[in-house]
Amino acid sequence: MRVAATRLYHWVDERIPLSPLVEFAREKSVPSHRYSVFYFFGGATLFFFGLQVATGILLLLYYRPTAEAAFESVRFIMTEVSFGWLIRSIHSWSANLMVLCAFLHMATVFFMRAYRKPREMTWWTGALLLLVSMGFGFSGYLLPWNELAFFATRVGTDVARKTPLIGEFLSQFLRGGDDVTGATLTRFFGFHVAVLPMIATTLLLLHLLFIQRQGMSVPDSQTEEASRRPGTKFFPNYFLRELIGWAVALAILAALASLFPWELGRKADPFAPAPAGIKPEWYFLFMFQTLKYLPATIAGIEGEFVGLVFFGVGGLLWFFWPLIDRGSPGGKPSRLVTTVGVAALAFIGVMTLLGYIGS
Amino acid sequence: MAWPLRFSVVVAGLLAFTVTVEGQNQRNNCIDCHRSLDDEELSQPARAAVDDVHASAGITCADCHGGNPTLEIVDEDYDPAKEPSTGFVGAPSVGDIPTFCGKCHADAAYMQRYDPNLPVDQLAQYWTSGHGKKLREGATDIAECVSCHGSHGMLAVSDPRAPVYPTKVAGTCGGCHADEEHMAPYGLPTDQMALHRESVHGRALYQDGDLSAPTCNTCHGNHGASPPGLSSVSLVCGNCHAIQRDFFTKSPHRAAFADLGEPECETCHGNHEVAPVTDELLGVAEGQICGECHFEDEEAYTIAKTLRQDIEELKARIAEARTTVEGAAVAGMEVSEAELILIDANQALVKARNTVHAVSADALREQTDTGRKLADQALEMGIAALGELQFRQKGLAVSVFFILLVVIGLYLKIQQIERPPRPTDE
Repeated sequence: MRVAATRLYHWVDERIPLSPLVEFAREKSVPSHRYSVFYFFGGATLFFFGLQVATGILLLLYYRPTAEAAFESVRFIMTEVSFGWLIRSIHSWSANLMVLCAFLHMATVFFMRAYRKPREMTWWTGALLLLVSMGFGFSGYLLPWNELAFFATRVGTDVARKTPLIGEFLSQFLRGGDDVTGATLTRFFGFHVAVLPMIATTLLLLHLLFIQRQGMSVPDSQTEEASRRPGTKFFPNYFLRELIGWAVALAILAALASLFPWELGRKADPFAPAPAGIKPEWYFLFMFQTLKYLPATIAGIEGEFVGLVFFGVGGLLWFFWPLIDRGSPGGKPSRLVTTVGVAALAFIGVMTLLGYIGS
Repeated sequence: MAWPLRFSVVVAGLLAFTVTVEGQNQRNNCIDCHRSLDDEELSQPARAAVDDVHASAGITCADCHGGNPTLEIVDEDYDPAKEPSTGFVGAPSVGDIPTFCGKCHADAAYMQRYDPNLPVDQLAQYWTSGHGKKLREGATDIAECVSCHGSHGMLAVSDPRAPVYPTKVAGTCGGCHADEEHMAPYGLPTDQMALHRESVHGRALYQDGDLSAPTCNTCHGNHGASPPGLSSVSLVCGNCHAIQRDFFTKSPHRAAFADLGEPECETCHGNHEVAPVTDELLGVAEGQICGECHFEDEEAYTIAKTLRQDIEELKARIAEARTTVEGAAVAGMEVSEAELILIDANQALVKARNTVHAVSADALREQTDTGRKLADQALEMGIAALGELQFRQKGLAVSVFFILLVVIGLYLKIQQIERPPRPTDE
């Protein structure tokens, strides 16, 4: 077996030189310091993404993306297909855990200021990946075509309508008409299984390429410790640690999927009144809740519009933060970054909490 | 909007206003004079006419009372406007009111000009009613059109302020029928309105605001108001409770009640005080209705007991199935199909309750058997879902065990490769 593998390696190496890659992998190391544990969030996000792809492909074998058949096909998956309940539950739970890990990964990168030169592009591809993940969540939420998803999508696409300048176009583009219908479902399905995966894969490859090329960033406060301690060799030492992290993540996921199976709800009825307790997925909740608190008009301007401008500006600041944070190049921790980060996290946390308490 | 268009709209508006004002300015001496009179009895009709359904349809005082309202009044002499040649009839006497109103309301051709949907048989019905008959006999303290609808300032039936609006009907009837002094000569009870208010029908009407809930005229009729006869009670109740009525007419109770001179539905349910129906009414124990007429040595006694037992058994089966299915649903299992079957089982229970009116143990059994089968089916699905849940939890425990083994193995591997070389190895 080993002989065969060696022969195969040499066969490929003769045609496409693999030695530089092997050498790179052998040399690659991960800085070792007090906060090294935070590096795991990126790997965990990647792990959940892999699970999403695998379970998503399995769901595709039975899912039917029409208003007439979507709900029934998901119910069929959950009740009739062998281990279909597990696949769907893992898909739904790992989607949420993926977004959670991506959020945590981004927060740790932010506080460790790992976005600074020369890693701006890594931050941007990561930020776009987070947005794409939220896009996956938004489009995937509608696919079971149940009551809550239907009305939450109606509210979500209504909010999109308030976007400055392109709101009407955006709403029509997302819905495929004036209201959420079977056309929206087909469209969301297309985004979910074709458009977004293509974008995500491209961004992910770029993100990983940048990380490999530049290595892991070391926080300012840890440069001394990191220089004193030898880095952890990536293969096999760090990789084995990563595998432990993934195994733990898998155990958590298995427990969640088995103990709290993702519910199906009732089939969407566009003519029924909206049920109580409509709310978006938790990662959109802070925006939803903020918009709810805003008055109808603020200084003569529509409240929702002001809210969207606020989030738009916030989003742009977040995206271009590597260009904005140019202070303390000497390596000292930045008070501004900590303050802004904590304030943003507190705002998101409080609004999300209020969203849950309110419902 | 371009300015020529705006100009045209303004001109059109002014024209419409002018036409309206002109129409309203047509002389009506009746209103003008009566409104200024000091005598309340004479001035009230003119003031009340503002809101009147007839006035708003363009019907004037003279259309009902005759007279010439357009004649110019000279030296405050009103008599020429009320000369017999003008058809003046003034205020009709109580006995004449039905025909006074019926002059138009019983004329189909005339009524079609205003509202083709309005019935025109009120007058004919009225003469068949208890009220109409008494009026013809010469009674003057009897209800006629005005007693219920009012006279001037009359409102449409659909107007919530009208005395004949569903929520006001009982109060309007009660104006006479709850008055002991008024009813004494006729020997009629006066507690119907109070009983109705507390009944299941009254609560639906007044507390829930359900305007389709029955009030006095729903069962007694309105223009042809009369108490339903013994044999026609089930027809009255059956207007709404059709299924129960069908079962009742096939039941042995129908003939038995007729022989005994007992009213139909009313014998068990009461009339004005009809209470919300619960399963507690059924059976032979104390406080249960069947036991009031049937005793231990009768076959009917056994049937009544069986009916109650059958219903209770079905309820228990459904409750057991619901607890199991809900338990599985709370645990996150997909049991929507079992929930749908439970809805069908409940439907079977409702049908079984209706079938009780047939007082046939076999007929009831047929329904409860259907319900029991459905409840059992849902129960089986609930148990299967809970079994599946257990399987999943066990599967989880096994998989977590293996994952843990992998974690330990990886940890040991890391320890092995990172262990510093022993001095002897060097």
